[in-house]
Amino acid sequence: MRKIGVFVCHCGTNIAATVDVKAVAETLGREPSVVVSEDYPYMCSESGQNLIKDSIRDYGLDGIVICSCSPRMHENTFRKAAASAGLNPYMVEIANIREQCSWIHKDKAEATEKAILLGKAAIAKVLLNTPLIAGESGVVKRALVIGGGIAGIQTALDIAEAGFPVDIVEQKPTIGGKMAQLDKTFPTLDCSACILTPKMVDCAQNENIKIYSYSEIESVSGFVGNFTVKIRRKARYVDETKCTGCGLCTEKCPVKKVPNEFNLGLDNRRAVYIPFAQAVPKIAAIDADYCNMLKNGKCGLCSKVCTVGAIDYKQEDTFVEERYGAIVAATGYEIADVSRYGEYAYNQSKDVVTSLELERLMNAAGPTGGTLLRPSDGKHPHTIVFVQCVGSRCTPDKGKPYCSKICCMYTAKHAMLIREKYPDTEVYVFYIDVRTPGKNFDEFWRRAVEEFGVHYIKGAVGKISPRPDGTLDVQGSDLLMDEQLHISADLVVLAAAIEPSKTARSLATMLTASMDTNDFFTEAHPKLRPVESPTAGIFLSGVCQGPKDIPETVAQASACAAKVIGLLSKDKLKGNPCVAHSDEMMCNGCSNCANVCPYGAITYSDKEFRMPDRTTKTRRVAWVNPAVCQGCGACTVACPSGAMDLLGFSNSQIMAEVDALCR
Amino acid sequence: MKIAYYPGCTLKNRARDLDRYARETASALGCEFEEIPLWQCCGGAYTSAKDEIATKLAAVRALAAGRDMGGRVVTVCSACFNVLAQTNREFLVNPDFDFKVNNYLKGDPAYHGEASVVHYLTLLRDEIGFDAVKARVTNPLKGKKIAAYYGCLLLRPSEALAFDDPEDPSVMEDFIRALGAEPVNYSMRNECCGGYLTLEDREAAKKRSNAVVRSAAENGADFMITACPLCMYNLTKNADEKIPVRYFTDVLAEAFGLKEGAAE
Repeated sequence: MRKIGVFVCHCGTNIAATVDVKAVAETLGREPSVVVSEDYPYMCSESGQNLIKDSIRDYGLDGIVICSCSPRMHENTFRKAAASAGLNPYMVEIANIREQCSWIHKDKAEATEKAILLGKAAIAKVLLNTPLIAGESGVVKRALVIGGGIAGIQTALDIAEAGFPVDIVEQKPTIGGKMAQLDKTFPTLDCSACILTPKMVDCAQNENIKIYSYSEIESVSGFVGNFTVKIRRKARYVDETKCTGCGLCTEKCPVKKVPNEFNLGLDNRRAVYIPFAQAVPKIAAIDADYCNMLKNGKCGLCSKVCTVGAIDYKQEDTFVEERYGAIVAATGYEIADVSRYGEYAYNQSKDVVTSLELERLMNAAGPTGGTLLRPSDGKHPHTIVFVQCVGSRCTPDKGKPYCSKICCMYTAKHAMLIREKYPDTEVYVFYIDVRTPGKNFDEFWRRAVEEFGVHYIKGAVGKISPRPDGTLDVQGSDLLMDEQLHISADLVVLAAAIEPSKTARSLATMLTASMDTNDFFTEAHPKLRPVESPTAGIFLSGVCQGPKDIPETVAQASACAAKVIGLLSKDKLKGNPCVAHSDEMMCNGCSNCANVCPYGAITYSDKEFRMPDRTTKTRRVAWVNPAVCQGCGACTVACPSGAMDLLGFSNSQIMAEVDALCR
Repeated sequence: MKIAYYPGCTLKNRARDLDRYARETASALGCEFEEIPLWQCCGGAYTSAKDEIATKLAAVRALAAGRDMGGRVVTVCSACFNVLAQTNREFLVNPDFDFKVNNYLKGDPAYHGEASVVHYLTLLRDEIGFDAVKARVTNPLKGKKIAAYYGCLLLRPSEALAFDDPEDPSVMEDFIRALGAEPVNYSMRNECCGGYLTLEDREAAKKRSNAVVRSAAENGADFMITACPLCMYNLTKNADEKIPVRYFTDVLAEAFGLKEGAAE
């Protein structure tokens, strides 16, 4: 007969006000196997824990039940206390009589009855508990950062600074991401490139950092502490070890009409190109879609002018395989497609641009050399209308349901910069709400209104009509004045919604990391574990987790690095012993469990079994990798033959709880 | 191909050309418009603005006839199309409407939204194909700059009508290109002409029609085309600026060489 102790917590008045804790302790004390049952105001306090420890020793308890708050809150606390008194920590059960009882009930008699039932269920379960010991696995002391924008750069720099090797995989020919395309940054209006490019150079120079540019993730296997990743290095037709970045090839290339993606197609580049002057690595790449030599074998000019012989038309994609202890997703964002909103005439007029396009139009390294000119006729615009929330805060069939968060601030920035540089220009901003929480943020947009005379109009734009004279008729409503407005604008700027990178979804599948309905990566806990994915060993940095501005992205990137460093500084990882395991004798190899496993923890192998008639038979059976299994239990439910069981939450334990509740 | 045809009242008096040329051009394309026997007024877009079942019963009768005549109803008038399509959708999304209507009509068999409603323009686009239209053109409208006027009833509510993108439609422009003419891109093509407002507040309707016609004229249109008799009325009678407005079927007939006096 096992000896069980029951400990009922008052949680001050949190529980005791609605549950008669004395009655609970007394009733549960009469349950078979229970040898001691106590109540105490704060069981989690030091003296409360001492009460538990002393009882374990004095009564020689085999298992304990704590009637208290959610196990998410204090299960670990009580497990530690039990362990220090010599009891296996997995012989502790929590009956949640706070969140699931006292907090949600008003009637004391009913709540008390329910608390007693919950306690009885926990006792029934703990009687079937078995001591569990967590396994250990090694840690590969190398991190992978996927994405080389400011988020990935910051995370990589911090990890490298702590002494661990880290690889950055970036799909474009250079790192830098969206921040490299921005002109100025809010709220201080400092030059974006000036604060970003030193960090890019730091990455290139740090001996712990290796940059795989123009590369993509091909496959991921393994588990926390021990991932194996295959990286595709796309053919850039330029030998990275030879190219000096002199740019001669990019000047001589005869194919001049390739839309320049760095300037969002506002001007052209050559077929062989270096994305921008401060690119890291500063190595040319040949665009196979446009290069004459690669398309039809006629040209070869770049090869002729290259003084170091770096051009290699025969180059093919290559693959690198590397092992990592931790993986960071830093895949960033894209600008949502605004051409689907026909009312804004983005497709009809060149003078309707997105805010990111405006960044390029105002950037000294942009297509206009930093002078704000209209894309249609190169004239200076005198009336500019900004439209906020384009595609954000929509019903899901029309756009993004979320607020893109950065647009209010960058629009205020644009408006202010334009008014400062071109005082003869009138600037109007149509907004739904101005959302500027953040340090020095509200002051910033108020300055746009109060000092720079930007006209903020509360209301939406209904239609933008290009007129034959080249102006844009912007029809909108002013909700505060209750008026319909027509503004004749020279340039319209759409603050387009941001959305996760198109590559994020397939990456999440490879990483078995979960995503929300908008394709943002889900964090392990929205408040308490914001930089970790629920999948162990996968971490989140930057906008891939949700819309963020640069300061927030950098803060999160460093937080993410801290978590990675914490993982990599361990030599061994203690696993969660509450994992699934398969009874080979019952498994029929149907694959149901592997199909539902969100972590890819289940594999199959053919095994020989000895039959009663002394013959052997080969059967396909499931095996759960305990280092990968997160103990979610999906497989135990899916298994048709009952072969899958979860340690610590076995089918018999769950049934015993149900029986206790139904008794 | 035979298809049940719902002309609507206006097409039998004021807009006879819209009706006549629709039949003739369809026939030239190998599609027989079979008029629904004993059809009644669709109720009009104006009355169906009210949440009143009685105003929608005539439309249901036409839809039920369409179901029995091959499953589809084709219309030409924007308002009829709008009313029929919206009423039909009501059956699919609102079981309460279905219940009440069938209680009222006691049709045999009951109607549950089985028919589909198509506009002649989408029939041309999706089934006959603009390539086939182009091939049949004997009298291409070369050099003509035509402003397609959609108005609202063809486009909205877009979920119910499933006609085209309400903000940036293209079916009429493609139609114009098939006839060998050049579509005029102007922004007011999907804006309201004033509609029935002309009865209550003529000034408001005038303002709307003026904006539409001015926009088309500014962008160099030789004439405008419409599918709607009410739009035709507003654009010709209420706009100060005068540019010709024609029914799309009329222009189609001309391109097909079906109009008297037109060069074959």
